[in-house]
Amino acid sequence: MARHTSIETRHYAEREALFRGLQGLDRRAFLKVSLAAAGAALASGARFHPHSFVPVSVADAAGGPVEPFTFAYISDSHLYKRELNDRFVRQLLRAVDDVNALDPQPDFVLFGGDLAQLGQPEELDLGAQILKNLKAPVRMMVGEHDWYLDLGDKWRALFGQETYSFDHKGVHFVVLQSVNQKDFWTARGMTPMERMQTVAGLDNAVQSRFEVGDPQREWLKQDLAKVPGTTPIIVFSHSPLYKYYRPWNFWTEDAEEVQAMLKRFPHVTVIHGHTHQMLTNRIGNIHFHGMLSTAWPWPYAPEGLPKLTVQMNRPDPFNPNDGCGNGAVSVQPAGLVDAVYNLWNRNPIQVSAAYVASGGANAAPPKPTLTSF
Amino acid sequence: MSRTTLLLGATALAVAAGLLSTRWAGHAGAQGTTVVTLCDNETKTTVPDSQAKTREEGQAIADALMSQWRQKNPDRDWIEGELEKHTIAKPADNSALVGRGQGQTYGQITEPDVQKWSRESLAMAANGSAVFHNAEQLGSTIAVSCDMCHPSAANTHPETYPKFQVQLGRVALLRDMINWCIEHPVRGTPLAPDDPKMRALEAYIYAQRKGTPLDYGRR
Repeated sequence: MARHTSIETRHYAEREALFRGLQGLDRRAFLKVSLAAAGAALASGARFHPHSFVPVSVADAAGGPVEPFTFAYISDSHLYKRELNDRFVRQLLRAVDDVNALDPQPDFVLFGGDLAQLGQPEELDLGAQILKNLKAPVRMMVGEHDWYLDLGDKWRALFGQETYSFDHKGVHFVVLQSVNQKDFWTARGMTPMERMQTVAGLDNAVQSRFEVGDPQREWLKQDLAKVPGTTPIIVFSHSPLYKYYRPWNFWTEDAEEVQAMLKRFPHVTVIHGHTHQMLTNRIGNIHFHGMLSTAWPWPYAPEGLPKLTVQMNRPDPFNPNDGCGNGAVSVQPAGLVDAVYNLWNRNPIQVSAAYVASGGANAAPPKPTLTSF
Repeated sequence: MSRTTLLLGATALAVAAGLLSTRWAGHAGAQGTTVVTLCDNETKTTVPDSQAKTREEGQAIADALMSQWRQKNPDRDWIEGELEKHTIAKPADNSALVGRGQGQTYGQITEPDVQKWSRESLAMAANGSAVFHNAEQLGSTIAVSCDMCHPSAANTHPETYPKFQVQLGRVALLRDMINWCIEHPVRGTPLAPDDPKMRALEAYIYAQRKGTPLDYGRR
Protein backbone atom coordinates (compact mmCIF):
# COMPACT_ATOMS: atom_id res chain seq x y z
CA MET A 1 0.00 0.00 0.00
CA ALA A 2 1.28 3.42 -0.92
CA ARG A 3 2.18 5.52 2.07
CA HIS A 4 -0.24 8.36 2.51
CA THR A 5 0.93 11.91 2.52
CA SER A 6 -0.21 13.46 5.73
CA ILE A 7 -2.46 16.48 5.67
CA GLU A 8 0.36 18.41 7.29
CA THR A 9 2.85 17.50 4.60
CA ARG A 10 0.36 18.33 1.86
CA HIS A 11 -0.46 21.58 3.61
CA TYR A 12 3.18 22.68 3.62
CA ALA A 13 3.65 21.57 0.02
CA GLU A 14 0.64 23.60 -1.13
CA ARG A 15 1.70 26.57 0.92
CA GLU A 16 5.18 26.51 -0.55
CA ALA A 17 3.84 26.19 -4.10
CA LEU A 18 1.59 29.17 -3.45
CA PHE A 19 4.42 31.34 -2.19
CA ARG A 20 6.73 30.26 -5.00
CA GLY A 21 4.04 31.22 -7.48
CA LEU A 22 3.58 34.55 -5.79
CA GLN A 23 7.25 35.43 -6.20
CA GLY A 24 6.71 35.71 -9.93
CA LEU A 25 4.00 38.33 -9.51
CA ASP A 26 4.33 42.07 -9.12
CA ARG A 27 2.16 43.87 -6.56
CA ARG A 28 -0.60 44.71 -8.99
CA ALA A 29 -0.83 41.19 -10.42
CA PHE A 30 -0.76 39.78 -6.88
CA LEU A 31 -3.72 41.88 -5.78
CA LYS A 32 -5.60 40.84 -8.87
CA VAL A 33 -4.95 37.15 -8.26
CA SER A 34 -5.75 37.22 -4.56
CA LEU A 35 -8.92 39.27 -4.98
CA ALA A 36 -10.12 36.96 -7.71
CA ALA A 37 -9.36 33.95 -5.53
CA ALA A 38 -11.16 35.42 -2.54
CA GLY A 39 -14.13 36.40 -4.67
CA ALA A 40 -14.37 32.97 -6.21
CA ALA A 41 -14.11 31.31 -2.82
CA LEU A 42 -16.82 33.51 -1.33
CA ALA A 43 -19.10 33.05 -4.31
CA SER A 44 -18.85 29.30 -4.00
CA GLY A 45 -19.60 29.47 -0.29
CA ALA A 46 -16.18 28.16 0.72
CA ARG A 47 -15.32 28.27 4.40
CA PHE A 48 -11.81 29.01 5.44
CA HIS A 49 -10.95 26.33 7.82
CA PRO A 50 -9.78 27.60 11.22
CA HIS A 51 -7.06 24.93 11.38
CA SER A 52 -5.61 25.49 7.96
CA PHE A 53 -4.28 28.20 5.70
CA VAL A 54 -5.75 26.46 2.70
CA PRO A 55 -9.41 26.97 1.90
CA VAL A 56 -11.15 23.59 1.81
CA SER A 57 -11.57 22.74 -1.83
CA VAL A 58 -15.16 22.88 -2.97
CA ALA A 59 -16.06 20.11 -5.37
CA ASP A 60 -18.88 20.71 -7.77
CA ALA A 61 -21.93 18.81 -6.55
CA ALA A 62 -24.04 19.45 -9.61
CA GLY A 63 -25.48 15.98 -9.65
CA GLY A 64 -22.17 14.39 -10.60
CA PRO A 65 -21.20 10.90 -9.48
CA VAL A 66 -19.88 10.41 -5.97
CA GLU A 67 -16.21 9.66 -5.60
CA PRO A 68 -16.08 7.29 -2.61
CA PHE A 69 -14.37 8.77 0.42
CA THR A 70 -14.24 8.49 4.20
CA PHE A 71 -14.64 10.98 6.97
CA ALA A 72 -14.02 10.30 10.64
CA TYR A 73 -15.94 11.57 13.61
CA ILE A 74 -15.30 12.49 17.24
CA SER A 75 -18.23 13.59 19.36
CA ASP A 76 -19.56 14.55 22.77
CA SER A 77 -16.32 15.05 24.68
CA HIS A 78 -18.03 17.10 27.47
CA LEU A 79 -14.80 18.72 28.62
CA TYR A 80 -14.47 20.38 31.98
CA LYS A 81 -11.36 22.47 32.47
CA ARG A 82 -8.27 20.32 32.74
CA GLU A 83 -7.59 21.00 36.44
CA LEU A 84 -11.10 19.87 37.40
CA ASN A 85 -11.41 16.70 35.34
CA ASP A 86 -8.50 15.11 33.54
CA ARG A 87 -10.45 12.01 32.52
CA PHE A 88 -12.58 13.60 29.80
CA VAL A 89 -9.49 15.38 28.48
CA ARG A 90 -7.57 12.12 28.19
CA GLN A 91 -10.50 10.48 26.46
CA LEU A 92 -10.71 13.22 23.82
CA LEU A 93 -6.94 12.94 23.30
CA ARG A 94 -7.37 9.22 22.81
CA ALA A 95 -9.93 9.85 20.06
CA VAL A 96 -7.60 12.36 18.39
CA ASP A 97 -4.81 9.75 18.45
CA ASP A 98 -7.17 7.15 16.97
CA VAL A 99 -8.15 9.42 14.09
CA ASN A 100 -4.58 10.55 13.45
CA ALA A 101 -3.54 6.91 13.21
CA LEU A 102 -5.99 6.20 10.38
CA ASP A 103 -4.16 5.30 7.18
CA PRO A 104 -5.24 6.53 4.72
CA GLN A 105 -6.32 9.66 6.49
CA PRO A 106 -10.01 10.62 6.31
CA ASP A 107 -10.94 13.55 4.06
CA PHE A 108 -12.07 15.44 7.13
CA VAL A 109 -13.13 14.93 10.75
CA LEU A 110 -16.59 15.83 11.98
CA PHE A 111 -16.77 17.01 15.56
CA GLY A 112 -20.33 16.16 16.59
CA GLY A 113 -21.02 18.74 19.32
CA ASP A 114 -20.87 18.96 23.12
CA LEU A 115 -17.20 19.80 23.08
CA ALA A 116 -17.68 21.44 26.52
CA GLN A 117 -19.68 20.28 29.52
CA LEU A 118 -20.93 23.65 30.79
CA GLY A 119 -20.17 25.98 27.86
CA GLN A 120 -17.36 27.70 29.78
CA PRO A 121 -14.86 29.66 27.66
CA GLU A 122 -11.98 27.66 29.23
CA GLU A 123 -13.68 24.40 28.27
CA LEU A 124 -14.24 25.46 24.65
CA ASP A 125 -10.71 26.87 24.38
CA LEU A 126 -9.28 23.63 25.70
CA GLY A 127 -11.34 21.63 23.20
CA ALA A 128 -10.28 23.83 20.29
CA GLN A 129 -6.66 23.41 21.37
CA ILE A 130 -6.94 19.61 21.48
CA LEU A 131 -8.71 19.37 18.13
CA LYS A 132 -5.86 21.34 16.53
CA ASN A 133 -3.80 18.17 16.91
CA LEU A 134 -5.90 16.46 14.25
CA LYS A 135 -4.03 16.07 10.97
CA ALA A 136 -7.17 16.12 8.82
CA PRO A 137 -9.36 19.25 8.57
CA VAL A 138 -12.15 19.51 11.12
CA ARG A 139 -15.82 20.31 10.54
CA MET A 140 -17.43 21.62 13.70
CA MET A 141 -20.99 21.12 14.94
CA VAL A 142 -22.42 22.69 18.07
CA GLY A 143 -24.22 20.87 20.90
CA GLU A 144 -26.42 22.09 23.73
CA HIS A 145 -23.56 21.87 26.26
CA ASP A 146 -21.59 24.35 24.13
CA TRP A 147 -24.52 26.69 23.68
CA TYR A 148 -26.60 27.52 26.73
CA LEU A 149 -24.18 29.61 28.77
CA ASP A 150 -23.84 32.45 26.23
CA LEU A 151 -26.15 31.17 23.46
CA GLY A 152 -23.26 30.50 21.12
CA ASP A 153 -21.07 33.63 21.44
CA LYS A 154 -17.86 31.89 22.48
CA TRP A 155 -18.42 28.93 20.18
CA ARG A 156 -18.95 31.20 17.16
CA ALA A 157 -15.86 33.21 18.03
CA LEU A 158 -13.82 29.99 17.93
CA PHE A 159 -15.42 28.05 15.11
CA GLY A 160 -17.59 30.39 13.02
CA GLN A 161 -21.23 30.08 12.09
CA GLU A 162 -23.04 27.10 13.55
CA THR A 163 -25.25 26.48 10.49
CA TYR A 164 -23.59 25.94 7.12
CA SER A 165 -23.35 23.68 4.13
CA PHE A 166 -20.58 22.52 1.82
CA ASP A 167 -20.03 20.17 -1.08
CA HIS A 168 -17.46 17.43 -1.09
CA LYS A 169 -16.77 14.90 -3.85
CA GLY A 170 -20.31 14.98 -5.16
CA VAL A 171 -22.11 15.00 -1.79
CA HIS A 172 -23.94 18.02 -0.38
CA PHE A 173 -23.30 18.34 3.36
CA VAL A 174 -25.53 20.34 5.69
CA VAL A 175 -24.59 21.17 9.29
CA LEU A 176 -27.49 22.20 11.54
CA GLN A 177 -27.85 23.66 15.01
CA SER A 178 -30.68 21.38 16.11
CA VAL A 179 -30.54 22.14 19.85
CA ASN A 180 -32.67 25.29 19.97
CA GLN A 181 -35.10 25.40 22.88
CA LYS A 182 -38.07 27.62 23.61
CA ASP A 183 -37.20 30.17 26.32
CA PHE A 184 -37.78 28.50 29.70
CA TRP A 185 -35.25 30.64 31.57
CA THR A 186 -36.51 34.24 31.42
CA ALA A 187 -39.78 33.63 33.24
CA ARG A 188 -37.88 31.72 35.92
CA GLY A 189 -35.30 34.48 36.31
CA MET A 190 -32.43 32.05 35.72
CA THR A 191 -28.82 33.18 35.44
CA PRO A 192 -26.93 32.02 32.32
CA MET A 193 -25.19 29.42 34.49
CA GLU A 194 -28.48 28.13 35.87
CA ARG A 195 -29.81 27.88 32.33
CA MET A 196 -26.69 25.99 31.28
CA GLN A 197 -26.91 23.58 34.20
CA THR A 198 -30.58 22.92 33.53
CA VAL A 199 -29.91 21.97 29.90
CA ALA A 200 -26.83 19.99 30.93
CA GLY A 201 -29.05 17.61 32.92
CA LEU A 202 -30.29 15.07 30.36
CA ASP A 203 -33.27 14.09 32.52
CA ASN A 204 -34.01 17.64 33.73
CA ALA A 205 -37.65 18.29 32.84
CA VAL A 206 -37.52 22.07 33.35
CA GLN A 207 -35.91 22.59 29.91
CA SER A 208 -37.78 22.61 26.59
CA ARG A 209 -37.50 20.18 23.68
CA PHE A 210 -34.89 20.54 20.96
CA GLU A 211 -35.89 22.01 17.61
CA VAL A 212 -34.27 23.22 14.42
CA GLY A 213 -36.65 26.17 14.44
CA ASP A 214 -38.32 28.32 11.79
CA PRO A 215 -35.40 30.57 10.71
CA GLN A 216 -33.06 27.65 10.22
CA ARG A 217 -35.65 25.58 8.37
CA GLU A 218 -36.13 28.54 6.04
CA TRP A 219 -32.36 28.66 5.53
CA LEU A 220 -32.35 24.92 4.83
CA LYS A 221 -35.11 25.29 2.28
CA GLN A 222 -33.13 27.89 0.40
CA ASP A 223 -29.90 25.96 0.70
CA LEU A 224 -31.45 22.78 -0.68
CA ALA A 225 -33.22 24.64 -3.48
CA LYS A 226 -29.85 25.05 -5.21
CA VAL A 227 -29.05 21.32 -5.01
CA PRO A 228 -30.01 19.00 -7.89
CA GLY A 229 -32.41 16.20 -6.90
CA THR A 230 -29.90 13.47 -7.75
CA THR A 231 -27.26 14.69 -5.30
CA PRO A 232 -26.71 12.59 -2.16
CA ILE A 233 -27.25 14.61 1.01
CA ILE A 234 -25.54 14.13 4.36
CA VAL A 235 -26.91 16.12 7.29
CA PHE A 236 -25.02 16.63 10.54
CA SER A 237 -27.24 17.46 13.51
CA HIS A 238 -26.46 17.17 17.18
CA SER A 239 -29.84 15.78 18.23
CA PRO A 240 -31.33 12.86 16.30
CA LEU A 241 -33.51 14.34 13.54
CA TYR A 242 -36.40 12.10 14.59
CA LYS A 243 -38.38 11.29 17.72
CA TYR A 244 -36.88 8.60 19.92
CA TYR A 245 -37.35 9.49 23.62
CA ARG A 246 -38.80 12.84 24.62
CA PRO A 247 -37.82 13.05 28.32
CA TRP A 248 -34.12 12.92 27.43
CA ASN A 249 -34.33 15.11 24.31
CA PHE A 250 -33.37 12.11 22.17
CA TRP A 251 -35.76 14.08 20.05
CA THR A 252 -36.22 16.96 17.64
CA GLU A 253 -39.59 18.63 17.94
CA ASP A 254 -39.80 19.71 14.28
CA ALA A 255 -38.12 16.55 12.90
CA GLU A 256 -40.99 15.76 10.52
CA GLU A 257 -40.76 19.18 8.85
CA VAL A 258 -37.03 18.74 8.27
CA GLN A 259 -37.51 15.18 6.99
CA ALA A 260 -40.13 16.46 4.53
CA MET A 261 -37.61 18.92 3.05
CA LEU A 262 -35.20 16.05 2.44
CA LYS A 263 -37.79 13.84 0.79
CA ARG A 264 -37.02 14.70 -2.82
CA PHE A 265 -33.43 13.45 -2.58
CA PRO A 266 -32.98 9.72 -3.19
CA HIS A 267 -30.11 9.24 -0.74
CA VAL A 268 -30.06 11.11 2.54
CA THR A 269 -28.02 10.28 5.62
CA VAL A 270 -28.23 11.99 9.00
CA ILE A 271 -25.24 11.66 11.32
CA HIS A 272 -26.09 12.85 14.83
CA GLY A 273 -24.55 13.08 18.29
CA HIS A 274 -26.18 13.54 21.70
CA THR A 275 -27.27 9.92 22.24
CA HIS A 276 -23.81 8.48 23.13
CA GLN A 277 -24.70 5.00 21.85
CA MET A 278 -24.84 2.85 18.76
CA LEU A 279 -28.10 3.90 17.17
CA THR A 280 -29.53 3.18 13.72
CA ASN A 281 -32.79 4.23 12.14
CA ARG A 282 -34.38 4.58 8.73
CA ILE A 283 -37.38 6.71 7.88
CA GLY A 284 -38.26 6.46 4.19
CA ASN A 285 -35.27 7.66 2.17
CA ILE A 286 -33.34 8.84 5.23
CA HIS A 287 -30.74 6.72 7.03
CA PHE A 288 -29.79 7.79 10.56
CA HIS A 289 -26.61 6.91 12.45
CA GLY A 290 -25.84 8.03 16.00
CA MET A 291 -22.29 8.77 17.08
CA LEU A 292 -20.40 7.45 20.10
CA SER A 293 -19.22 9.81 22.82
CA THR A 294 -15.66 10.00 24.08
CA ALA A 295 -16.85 10.90 27.60
CA TRP A 296 -19.49 8.36 28.68
CA PRO A 297 -22.16 6.11 27.14
CA TRP A 298 -25.88 6.78 27.68
CA PRO A 299 -28.14 3.82 28.40
CA TYR A 300 -30.78 2.93 25.83
CA ALA A 301 -34.01 4.74 26.62
CA PRO A 302 -36.86 2.72 28.17
CA GLU A 303 -39.00 3.13 25.03
CA GLY A 304 -38.90 4.35 21.46
CA LEU A 305 -35.68 2.60 20.38
CA PRO A 306 -35.68 2.35 16.53
CA LYS A 307 -36.03 -1.28 15.41
CA LEU A 308 -32.97 -1.20 13.14
CA THR A 309 -30.68 -0.33 16.03
CA VAL A 310 -27.93 -2.80 16.66
CA GLN A 311 -27.41 -2.31 20.36
CA MET A 312 -23.91 -2.08 21.69
CA ASN A 313 -22.99 -4.44 24.50
CA ARG A 314 -24.04 -3.10 27.88
CA PRO A 315 -20.99 -1.06 28.95
CA ASP A 316 -18.94 -2.59 31.75
CA PRO A 317 -18.31 0.12 34.36
CA PHE A 318 -15.20 -1.75 35.53
CA ASN A 319 -13.69 -1.50 32.05
CA PRO A 320 -12.51 2.11 31.76
CA ASN A 321 -13.97 3.92 28.74
CA ASP A 322 -16.11 0.95 27.73
CA GLY A 323 -19.03 2.05 25.57
CA CYS A 324 -17.09 5.13 24.47
CA GLY A 325 -15.19 5.68 21.25
CA ASN A 326 -15.18 7.40 17.89
CA GLY A 327 -15.83 6.30 14.37
CA ALA A 328 -15.68 6.68 10.64
CA VAL A 329 -18.22 7.02 7.87
CA SER A 330 -17.49 5.69 4.37
CA VAL A 331 -19.48 7.26 1.59
CA GLN A 332 -20.26 4.68 -1.13
CA PRO A 333 -20.48 5.48 -4.87
CA ALA A 334 -24.30 5.39 -4.67
CA GLY A 335 -24.17 8.11 -2.02
CA LEU A 336 -25.19 6.03 0.97
CA VAL A 337 -22.84 5.38 3.87
CA ASP A 338 -21.34 2.61 5.96
CA ALA A 339 -20.89 3.70 9.59
CA VAL A 340 -18.06 2.18 11.60
CA TYR A 341 -18.29 2.34 15.38
CA ASN A 342 -14.82 2.23 16.88
CA LEU A 343 -15.78 1.14 20.40
CA TRP A 344 -12.74 1.40 22.62
CA ASN A 345 -11.76 -1.94 24.17
CA ARG A 346 -14.13 -3.82 21.83
CA ASN A 347 -14.13 -4.97 18.24
CA PRO A 348 -15.23 -2.25 15.83
CA ILE A 349 -18.74 -2.74 14.43
CA GLN A 350 -19.88 -1.73 10.96
CA VAL A 351 -23.47 -0.76 10.29
CA SER A 352 -23.55 -0.79 6.51
CA ALA A 353 -25.74 0.92 3.95
CA ALA A 354 -26.79 -2.57 2.80
CA TYR A 355 -28.05 -3.37 6.30
CA VAL A 356 -30.08 -0.18 6.67
CA ALA A 357 -31.37 -0.18 3.08
CA SER A 358 -32.57 -3.78 3.41
CA GLY A 359 -34.43 -2.97 6.61
CA GLY A 360 -32.11 -5.22 8.59
CA ALA A 361 -32.42 -8.29 6.31
CA ASN A 362 -28.84 -8.23 4.97
CA ALA A 363 -25.40 -7.65 6.42
CA ALA A 364 -26.63 -7.62 10.03
CA PRO A 365 -23.89 -6.77 12.55
CA PRO A 366 -23.39 -9.13 15.54
CA LYS A 367 -25.91 -8.91 18.36
CA PRO A 368 -24.68 -7.99 21.86
CA THR A 369 -24.31 -10.66 24.54
CA LEU A 370 -25.36 -8.40 27.38
CA THR A 371 -28.28 -6.22 26.36
CA SER A 372 -29.55 -3.16 28.15
CA PHE A 373 -31.80 -3.61 31.20
CA MET B 1 -56.32 40.38 81.95
CA SER B 2 -54.75 37.40 83.62
CA ARG B 3 -52.22 35.14 81.96
CA THR B 4 -54.59 32.16 82.03
CA THR B 5 -57.29 34.05 80.23
CA LEU B 6 -54.81 35.06 77.62
CA LEU B 7 -53.75 31.51 76.89
CA LEU B 8 -57.37 30.43 76.69
CA GLY B 9 -58.03 33.37 74.46
CA ALA B 10 -55.22 32.36 72.16
CA THR B 11 -56.43 28.78 72.05
CA ALA B 12 -59.93 29.93 71.31
CA LEU B 13 -58.55 32.06 68.49
CA ALA B 14 -56.73 29.07 67.05
CA VAL B 15 -59.86 26.95 67.21
CA ALA B 16 -61.92 29.71 65.71
CA ALA B 17 -59.46 30.06 62.85
CA GLY B 18 -59.64 26.33 62.18
CA LEU B 19 -55.89 26.06 62.43
CA LEU B 20 -55.71 22.93 64.50
CA SER B 21 -53.37 21.30 62.01
CA THR B 22 -50.90 24.16 62.46
CA ARG B 23 -50.10 23.70 66.11
CA TRP B 24 -49.32 26.97 67.75
CA ALA B 25 -49.51 28.58 71.13
CA GLY B 26 -49.96 32.02 72.58
CA HIS B 27 -48.78 33.54 75.79
CA ALA B 28 -48.85 36.89 77.43
CA GLY B 29 -46.56 39.51 75.97
CA ALA B 30 -46.15 43.07 77.17
CA GLN B 31 -49.16 44.71 78.80
CA GLY B 32 -52.18 44.24 76.58
CA THR B 33 -50.56 42.02 73.94
CA THR B 34 -50.34 38.34 73.11
CA VAL B 35 -47.28 36.65 71.63
CA VAL B 36 -48.29 33.97 69.13
CA THR B 37 -45.64 31.31 68.48
CA LEU B 38 -45.42 28.93 65.53
CA CYS B 39 -44.91 25.20 66.13
CA ASP B 40 -41.16 25.62 65.53
CA ASN B 41 -41.13 27.49 68.87
CA GLU B 42 -39.03 30.23 67.29
CA THR B 43 -41.20 32.19 64.87
CA LYS B 44 -43.30 34.65 66.84
CA THR B 45 -45.58 37.58 66.33
CA THR B 46 -47.13 39.97 68.83
CA VAL B 47 -50.83 40.68 68.56
CA PRO B 48 -52.59 43.47 70.47
CA ASP B 49 -55.39 42.15 72.69
CA SER B 50 -57.70 44.73 71.23
CA GLN B 51 -57.61 42.89 67.89
CA ALA B 52 -60.90 41.25 67.01
CA LYS B 53 -60.70 37.47 67.24
CA THR B 54 -62.51 36.55 64.07
CA ARG B 55 -61.66 33.66 61.78
CA GLU B 56 -60.18 36.06 59.20
CA GLU B 57 -57.98 37.74 61.81
CA GLY B 58 -56.74 34.36 62.98
CA GLN B 59 -55.92 33.30 59.43
CA ALA B 60 -54.06 36.56 58.82
CA ILE B 61 -51.90 36.00 61.90
CA ALA B 62 -51.18 32.42 60.86
CA ASP B 63 -50.31 33.51 57.30
CA ALA B 64 -47.96 36.20 58.58
CA LEU B 65 -46.18 33.64 60.72
CA MET B 66 -45.88 31.13 57.87
CA SER B 67 -44.54 33.77 55.52
CA GLN B 68 -41.93 34.74 58.12
CA TRP B 69 -40.98 31.09 58.43
CA ARG B 70 -40.76 30.58 54.66
CA GLN B 71 -38.36 33.50 54.39
CA LYS B 72 -36.11 31.84 56.93
CA ASN B 73 -36.48 28.47 55.17
CA PRO B 74 -36.26 29.16 51.44
CA ASP B 75 -35.69 25.47 50.65
CA ARG B 76 -38.97 24.48 52.26
CA ASP B 77 -40.43 23.49 48.89
CA TRP B 78 -37.41 21.48 47.85
CA ILE B 79 -39.49 18.38 47.18
CA GLU B 80 -41.67 20.30 44.77
CA GLY B 81 -38.57 21.78 43.15
CA GLU B 82 -36.96 18.37 42.82
CA LEU B 83 -40.10 16.84 41.33
CA GLU B 84 -40.33 19.64 38.78
CA LYS B 85 -36.81 18.87 37.58
CA HIS B 86 -36.74 15.11 37.89
CA THR B 87 -39.59 12.69 37.45
CA ILE B 88 -39.88 10.32 40.39
CA ALA B 89 -42.24 7.35 40.42
CA LYS B 90 -44.99 7.90 43.00
CA PRO B 91 -45.12 5.50 45.95
CA ALA B 92 -47.93 2.94 46.10
CA ASP B 93 -51.41 4.36 46.67
CA ASN B 94 -52.81 3.08 49.96
CA SER B 95 -56.00 5.13 49.98
CA ALA B 96 -58.14 1.98 49.67
CA LEU B 97 -57.15 1.24 53.28
CA VAL B 98 -58.72 4.43 54.67
CA GLY B 99 -61.48 3.64 57.14
CA ARG B 100 -60.38 0.07 57.66
CA GLY B 101 -59.22 -1.17 61.03
CA GLN B 102 -55.66 -2.07 61.75
CA GLY B 103 -56.70 -5.12 63.76
CA GLN B 104 -55.26 -3.75 66.95
CA THR B 105 -55.43 -0.84 69.33
CA TYR B 106 -54.45 1.95 66.94
CA GLY B 107 -57.93 2.13 65.53
CA GLN B 108 -58.80 2.93 61.95
CA ILE B 109 -56.47 4.00 59.18
CA THR B 110 -57.19 7.63 58.39
CA GLU B 111 -56.65 9.88 55.38
CA PRO B 112 -53.78 11.70 57.18
CA ASP B 113 -52.14 8.31 57.87
CA VAL B 114 -52.12 7.41 54.20
CA GLN B 115 -50.98 10.87 53.18
CA LYS B 116 -48.11 10.77 55.62
CA TRP B 117 -46.90 7.36 54.43
CA SER B 118 -46.93 8.55 50.85
CA ARG B 119 -45.36 11.93 51.60
CA GLU B 120 -42.51 10.50 53.66
CA SER B 121 -41.69 7.77 51.14
CA LEU B 122 -41.67 10.25 48.26
CA ALA B 123 -39.58 12.71 50.29
CA MET B 124 -36.87 10.09 50.79
CA ALA B 125 -36.80 9.23 47.09
CA ALA B 126 -36.74 12.95 46.23
CA ASN B 127 -33.84 13.44 48.60
CA GLY B 128 -32.07 10.60 46.81
CA SER B 129 -32.76 12.23 43.46
CA ALA B 130 -31.22 15.48 44.71
CA VAL B 131 -28.03 13.64 45.73
CA PHE B 132 -28.01 11.51 42.57
CA HIS B 133 -28.05 14.61 40.36
CA ASN B 134 -25.50 16.65 42.31
CA ALA B 135 -21.76 16.06 42.01
CA GLU B 136 -21.06 18.26 45.02
CA GLN B 137 -23.39 16.36 47.33
CA LEU B 138 -21.87 13.11 46.11
CA GLY B 139 -18.43 14.42 47.04
CA SER B 140 -17.09 14.09 43.49
CA THR B 141 -13.62 15.56 43.00
CA ILE B 142 -14.12 15.69 39.21
CA ALA B 143 -17.65 17.15 38.94
CA VAL B 144 -19.25 13.85 37.92
CA SER B 145 -22.72 12.89 39.17
CA CYS B 146 -24.70 9.64 38.86
CA ASP B 147 -27.17 11.00 36.29
CA MET B 148 -24.36 11.61 33.80
CA CYS B 149 -24.34 7.86 33.04
CA HIS B 150 -27.76 6.97 34.51
CA PRO B 151 -30.38 9.54 33.45
CA SER B 152 -33.61 8.87 35.40
CA ALA B 153 -31.56 6.14 37.18
CA ALA B 154 -31.66 4.06 33.97
CA ASN B 155 -29.37 1.03 33.80
CA THR B 156 -28.93 0.84 37.58
CA HIS B 157 -31.02 -2.39 37.65
CA PRO B 158 -31.48 -2.59 41.46
CA GLU B 159 -33.73 -5.62 40.93
CA THR B 160 -30.69 -7.74 40.00
CA TYR B 161 -29.02 -7.44 43.42
CA PRO B 162 -27.74 -9.22 45.39
CA LYS B 163 -25.67 -10.91 42.70
CA PHE B 164 -22.22 -12.32 42.23
CA GLN B 165 -20.26 -9.39 40.84
CA VAL B 166 -17.57 -11.04 38.76
CA GLN B 167 -15.33 -7.96 38.80
CA LEU B 168 -15.42 -7.77 42.62
CA GLY B 169 -15.19 -11.53 43.15
CA ARG B 170 -18.03 -11.53 45.66
CA VAL B 171 -21.74 -11.01 46.03
CA ALA B 172 -22.65 -7.33 45.80
CA LEU B 173 -25.67 -5.45 47.11
CA LEU B 174 -27.01 -2.35 45.41
CA ARG B 175 -25.22 -0.20 47.99
CA ASP B 176 -21.89 -1.90 47.17
CA MET B 177 -22.33 -0.87 43.55
CA ILE B 178 -23.36 2.66 44.55
CA ASN B 179 -20.18 2.91 46.57
CA TRP B 180 -18.12 1.44 43.75
CA CYS B 181 -19.42 4.15 41.45
CA ILE B 182 -18.84 6.86 44.05
CA GLU B 183 -15.26 5.70 44.44
CA HIS B 184 -14.38 5.18 40.76
CA PRO B 185 -16.32 7.08 38.07
CA VAL B 186 -17.31 9.79 40.56
CA ARG B 187 -13.93 9.83 42.35
CA GLY B 188 -15.38 10.52 45.78
CA THR B 189 -15.25 8.88 49.20
CA PRO B 190 -17.47 5.81 49.73
CA LEU B 191 -20.44 6.32 52.06
CA ALA B 192 -21.15 4.33 55.22
CA PRO B 193 -23.97 1.81 54.61
CA ASP B 194 -26.29 3.78 56.93
CA ASP B 195 -25.27 7.23 55.72
CA PRO B 196 -28.45 9.25 55.08
CA LYS B 197 -27.21 9.94 51.54
CA MET B 198 -26.74 6.23 50.87
CA ARG B 199 -30.23 5.46 52.21
CA ALA B 200 -31.69 8.23 50.05
CA LEU B 201 -29.82 7.08 46.93
CA GLU B 202 -31.14 3.55 47.43
CA ALA B 203 -34.66 4.92 47.90
CA TYR B 204 -34.49 6.88 44.62
CA ILE B 205 -33.00 4.03 42.60
CA TYR B 206 -35.59 1.52 43.87
CA ALA B 207 -38.40 4.03 43.34
CA GLN B 208 -37.42 4.44 39.68
CA ARG B 209 -37.75 0.70 39.08
CA LYS B 210 -41.20 0.47 40.63
CA GLY B 211 -43.11 -2.41 39.07
CA THR B 212 -40.03 -4.32 37.87
CA PRO B 213 -40.03 -7.88 39.25
CA LEU B 214 -37.16 -8.72 41.57
CA ASP B 215 -34.69 -11.05 39.89
CA TYR B 216 -31.75 -11.32 42.24
CA GLY B 217 -28.59 -12.78 40.78
CA ARG B 218 -29.39 -11.73 37.21
CA ARG B 219 -26.34 -10.93 35.12
